Amino acid sequence: MGRYAARRLLQMIPIFIGTTLLIFLMVHILPGDPVRAIYGDKAPDPAQIAQIKREYGFDKPVLEQYFHYMLNLLKGDFGSNLAGRPVADLMAEAFPVTLRLTLLAITIEIIIGVGLGAWAGLRAGKAADTGVLVFTLTVISIPVFVLGFIARFIFADELGWLPPNVQDSTSYSQLFLPAFVLAMLSMAYVARLTRTTFAENLRADYIRTALAKGLPRRRIIGVHLLRNSLIPVVTFVGTDVGGFIGGAVITEGIFNIQGVGNLLYRAIQTSEGSTVTGVVTVLVLVILLINLLIDLLYAVLDPRIRYA
Amino acid sequence: MRGAKSAKWVAGAIVVALAATACGGGDDSAGDDMNKGKADPNGIVTAQLSEPQNPLQPANAKESQGSRVLRTIFAGLVDYEPGTGKLEYVNAESVTPNKDSSEWTVKLKAGWKFHDGTPVTAKSYVDSWNWSANIKNNQTNSSWFADIVGFEDVHPEKGDPKSDKMSGLKVVDDNTFTIKLTQPVSYFAYKLGYDVWAPLPEAFFKDPKGFGEKPVGNGPYKFVSWEHNKLIKVRKFAGYKGPNVAKNGGIDFKNYTTADAAYSDLRSDNVDWIEQVPTTALTNYKTDLGDRAIDEPYSAVQSIVPAFYTKQFKDIDPKVIQGLSMAIDRQTITKTVLQGTRTPADSYVAPGVLGYKKGALGDIVKFDPAQAKKLIKDNGGVPGNKIQIQYNADQDHKPWVDAVCNSIRKSTGVECTGDPKPTFQADLDARDKDQVKSMYRGGWVLDYPVNSNFMRDLYGSTAAGNTSGYSNKEFDKLSSEADKASSIDETVKLYQNAEQLLAKDMPAIPLWFYKVNSGQSKNILGKIEYGQDGDPIFDTIQVKQK
Repeated sequence: MGRYAARRLLQMIPIFIGTTLLIFLMVHILPGDPVRAIYGDKAPDPAQIAQIKREYGFDKPVLEQYFHYMLNLLKGDFGSNLAGRPVADLMAEAFPVTLRLTLLAITIEIIIGVGLGAWAGLRAGKAADTGVLVFTLTVISIPVFVLGFIARFIFADELGWLPPNVQDSTSYSQLFLPAFVLAMLSMAYVARLTRTTFAENLRADYIRTALAKGLPRRRIIGVHLLRNSLIPVVTFVGTDVGGFIGGAVITEGIFNIQGVGNLLYRAIQTSEGSTVTGVVTVLVLVILLINLLIDLLYAVLDPRIRYA
Repeated sequence: MRGAKSAKWVAGAIVVALAATACGGGDDSAGDDMNKGKADPNGIVTAQLSEPQNPLQPANAKESQGSRVLRTIFAGLVDYEPGTGKLEYVNAESVTPNKDSSEWTVKLKAGWKFHDGTPVTAKSYVDSWNWSANIKNNQTNSSWFADIVGFEDVHPEKGDPKSDKMSGLKVVDDNTFTIKLTQPVSYFAYKLGYDVWAPLPEAFFKDPKGFGEKPVGNGPYKFVSWEHNKLIKVRKFAGYKGPNVAKNGGIDFKNYTTADAAYSDLRSDNVDWIEQVPTTALTNYKTDLGDRAIDEPYSAVQSIVPAFYTKQFKDIDPKVIQGLSMAIDRQTITKTVLQGTRTPADSYVAPGVLGYKKGALGDIVKFDPAQAKKLIKDNGGVPGNKIQIQYNADQDHKPWVDAVCNSIRKSTGVECTGDPKPTFQADLDARDKDQVKSMYRGGWVLDYPVNSNFMRDLYGSTAAGNTSGYSNKEFDKLSSEADKASSIDETVKLYQNAEQLLAKDMPAIPLWFYKVNSGQSKNILGKIEYGQDGDPIFDTIQVKQK
């Protein structure tokens, strides 16, 4: 297992270089000039623009810029954005916020999703199963921004139970509503996945054996059935963590959360190359690590899976 | 059958959700009267602000966000009276020109202090301007100093600056300095109302970068803290000596990710002022907010500009452009598509600016399909009988561009389509590189409230803001004569004549003037006053006692 993990970690290096280069080139070919854009409709000042570009090294060929960027990255320097703020600072502000939101959302997603799925799976074909099916279908078919607006409208604007926006991103009670909205869609998928595997595995040989052995029902469901049914769920939740960290743009926007999605969105809008590359670089690392973690988790869940 | 039943249940749920939505609004407007109650002199105003794009240095705020904060922290030499655009002295005792307006003498009010206790002197201004104009210091507004003699020494077009001082600036004594201009500008004092002309304390020059994070000014508010992407706090400065002493205890500038988020916070009184009502709420914000809805004009204009370097417009008869202008039904479009957020333009110059003349463009901006068709047909028509309007799709321009095109197509038969560019950057890029295919969207918010700003700075042959390739020798001559006029009144009048010349030559088709569509919370006493740039005058806002 140790060798396997080491090999996987080594594989990350070329993937890392490849993705950063791609992102760097893509940002570079975005139409328009971010320095010129500062001037907007107003009269641009070519001499000043040239000077600012020189300062940021934008006047050099793109590969040379990339080389310098990587060199600085090795020293732990992510560069700075056009306002002169270090990208590392920007990320240090945004990542904890998104991480908190993600953790909360994943927790909600797992508890409700697995719970609903198990409940429905154990009662496959009965009214409860249909109820869950209808509920999950409804949730899946509503786009997340509709869900967000409706949730805010009902719970904040009308009932006044919760603040409409996140004022303090360290407060879990304020993050609850956005986390819930963020979790809804995945929660529905998790419920469906859990339900199917539960219903399927209920008929599996090992369950029949366990029943025949006379094991208590609780142990059969809680240990044998749940553990075996979780593999596809873990895969799904794992990829979701990556998705939440990198792409909660819509939810973050609706609820005024200054997280990674929002940072990335603004950076792309203003063609802030250094910010985009920095954030995506970190995201690539995070997703690679999460994938490794998921693969290692398989072995924990199913002892038959071994890595060498 | 079971399937059918479930479907009904789903439908039922949607009806419930819709009903919950429908009963919203309404009762908010019945809130307490905004003109009743007592003002709390220490009350804090919370206002919307996006993260400033640059450090908070006076000459580095090209965008409105940084400028909104800087204006509360700094007090300039002069300011404009809201509504009329008349000049008012703030930190200056007087700003007087010599005979031909080529040299100006500034006298400061004595005894002013920066927030750190150091005195505001003539040197604070001269050092500030010299630093800001220096190309090495990368201030986005550095070209504002271009009128001053010696500017090219600190801001050369190529290479390193020869000096770090502009020879045109001379300190006479602690409270007096003189400004020598490269050519006479009769309205130079008006330019001095812009943020870039603020003074800077000595502490600034030791660490300009650190200062940008923690500015020290001489204005009605002093800077307290800046939590990036979250909150900027300024508080009332007790030692302020200017005329515009703050009527509240300070301002918290809060960051919002979207206009929708800000609007919902306004409705629950978590923020006292927002920048703009989101498009989604434009139809009902007046019922949502009642008296607290704000609908005020400000001095900005939107136009469509022919690219005169294209084959299509190179040798066009201006009468054809007049025809296109008359083919646009401004009244209907501003009312329907733009939902009352703009008013039809009747001049190149926006209202509230010195020299704005109501109806200056006369019939050229009146909707008259028959006349439009005739003008275009009789004067050679539009080459290719097809125009395109370039705009940036990352902002809400598509609806009105389509409406304008529709109007032109219907009334004249000239084919018209939008030409969207994905981002504002891409749009600007095409404009700078002379790659616009036919026409483009142009917008202009005032820099200073004199009509020259809406003409010379946009349509002068060598003006940096002129990206359409328009050139008219007669207009250039008229405007340079107007700049040299003996008094500001004379200048304004000469520019009004120049506007008539432009009306004949049509360098652009003005469409409409902008309005602020915003709102205020229940915590505010009375209606918020607005400046000409569409921003509130923060020091006059009063907060209700709780």
